[in-house]
Amino acid sequence: MTIDIIILIILTLAALWTVMTNTLLFAAIGLALTSAVLTIVMFRLNSPLAAVFELSVCAGLISVVFISVTTMTQPQSHQEVAQHNRDRLGRFKFLPLIIILVVLTLVILNLKPTPPLTIPEAGEDVRNIIWNQRPFDLIGQVLILLAGVFGVVILFKEKPKDE
Amino acid sequence: MNSEALQLFWSFGPFVILLSVIGIYCILVTYNLIRALIGVEILIKAVTLLIIVVGHVTGHTALAQALVITLIVIEVVVIAVAVGIVLGLHHHHDSLDIRKLRNLKG
Repeated sequence: MTIDIIILIILTLAALWTVMTNTLLFAAIGLALTSAVLTIVMFRLNSPLAAVFELSVCAGLISVVFISVTTMTQPQSHQEVAQHNRDRLGRFKFLPLIIILVVLTLVILNLKPTPPLTIPEAGEDVRNIIWNQRPFDLIGQVLILLAGVFGVVILFKEKPKDE
Repeated sequence: MNSEALQLFWSFGPFVILLSVIGIYCILVTYNLIRALIGVEILIKAVTLLIIVVGHVTGHTALAQALVITLIVIEVVVIAVAVGIVLGLHHHHDSLDIRKLRNLKG
């Protein structure tokens, strides 16, 4: 239990660093770090398949996408970067205070759990759930993947050249 | 649900709230479109953590994993299309600052 709390604190600190760091490249790396730490939490909570997905897709693919888009966008001049960093510091300076306030509120409220009780089902298999019990999820996944592919194709479609 | 599982849930719950606060704050105060997407990503991480924890506590880890896999697929597609839109906007306006994107202002 203690190690779970330590991992969760690292997860929160990684997310905080992602948001507050100056450069977009570090923010993308911080996001990958957050995903990697979340993967450890998932492994510890007996969800290995979702953890592998999270590690390969979120920590891998999405980080590559963010780093690519960061390098593809035009870099600013040094003066613009300095001004931008000053502005950002002014805007993000309240975030640590808000985090502390939320933690204090949660400690003061000291919420007691009253959720409905359920009996855990034994012998569930992820493959069975995905393929047999929730096939509409798969249809939805295929449809949204197609929508994404067509969306990206339309966004990057070039005008036909005049002949 | 036994007391140990409930204790686990109430240990993870505050961190879900903290991640949500970080993501929402990032979306609210940033002027950079890529940073707004990173805020959305952190919000999705909070939701993922919540689903996994609830699945573990209730004993439905397989169902939670199926939902998380669907969530990750949707997340990737949303981010891919959003990044395409961001790149298109940068191509047209030469900037990612949302204060400079005022073409639709009436």
